[in-house]
Amino acid sequence: MRCDDVALLLPEAVDGEAPVALPVQRHVESCLRCQAELARYRRMLRGLQLLRTQYLEPAPGVLSQTLAAIGEASEQRAIRSVLSGRRLAYVGAVGGALAAATATTAAAVLLTRAKRRAAAPTATTAAAVLLTRAKRRAAALATH
Amino acid sequence: MPTNHQTDRVLDELVEAARWGDRTAFDELVRRTYVDTYTLAVRLTGNEEDARDVVQEAYLRAWKGIRRFRGDSAFPTWMYRITANAAYTQIDRRRRRRTTHLDDVDDPIDRRLDAQPDTLAESRAGLEHLSAALDELPPTLRTLVILKDVYGLPHEAIADELGISVAAAKVRLHRGRKRLRELLDASESPGEGSRARSARAV
Repeated sequence: MRCDDVALLLPEAVDGEAPVALPVQRHVESCLRCQAELARYRRMLRGLQLLRTQYLEPAPGVLSQTLAAIGEASEQRAIRSVLSGRRLAYVGAVGGALAAATATTAAAVLLTRAKRRAAAPTATTAAAVLLTRAKRRAAALATH
Repeated sequence: MPTNHQTDRVLDELVEAARWGDRTAFDELVRRTYVDTYTLAVRLTGNEEDARDVVQEAYLRAWKGIRRFRGDSAFPTWMYRITANAAYTQIDRRRRRRTTHLDDVDDPIDRRLDAQPDTLAESRAGLEHLSAALDELPPTLRTLVILKDVYGLPHEAIADELGISVAAAKVRLHRGRKRLRELLDASESPGEGSRARSARAV
């Protein structure tokens, strides 16, 4: 294994998260140049980790502008909430009226049907009487 | 002086109140964490103007999404993820506006010729030197190095926020580390830095 090949693998191997192949490990153990390169990577990584503790002074107005933006977003959200509440109430009212109208129509239809049904047996009885009478007349005529 | 544990508990309580719509609690969360968020935003975008927009956008997203925050991670970690996402959007937007691609800027600029390699990680100047080298990285690589090596976010979280695969995140991280090492080398070797500048001048 050559130093150039190992150098390509060091950025991946430096944090110890990925397993390092045995030939690479053996090469680094026996190669001063690669050991020095690995040490530089490790030093760089330590430096990067230290940067985490370094804070930058925020530019003036960052906090106030951020809080103002959140305040504005909250107000817009509240307005949308009120509007959607009103919209919901309006839709509810229209829906209720429609439901009431539908219920009235349905009741009227059912009532009409019920009346028809109630009238139907009378009509049947009348027809049966007429039929019986016709049969009797026909029988009488046949006798004569 | 409050301990880290106490600070965490206070943040947890503020988050819980904010989840129920308490604006005052959320404002307090912003006050307690915005320096951290701003620092990350500057590191990711490389300039204060963009960082200001990113901080604002990140907290707006956080406020809108606070109900979805389940507390799987600490609030600051959640903010890192949102900030990374907002910064990525900002960098992309700025890149589209420009005619030249930031990734095309390859040659290192030798800023601190007197930095000594051995003191890099230990001294304040060394950290500034490292910070300057980070700024020289192309944004796509810088983002990965900062989120993973500075802030310690896991590959999965980074990939998720940037909308890339875990494999792509790892590749970019390794490329970023390698490039950063080259930049540090160049700034530590005046001759090479000068040569690079001469080459650019030609």
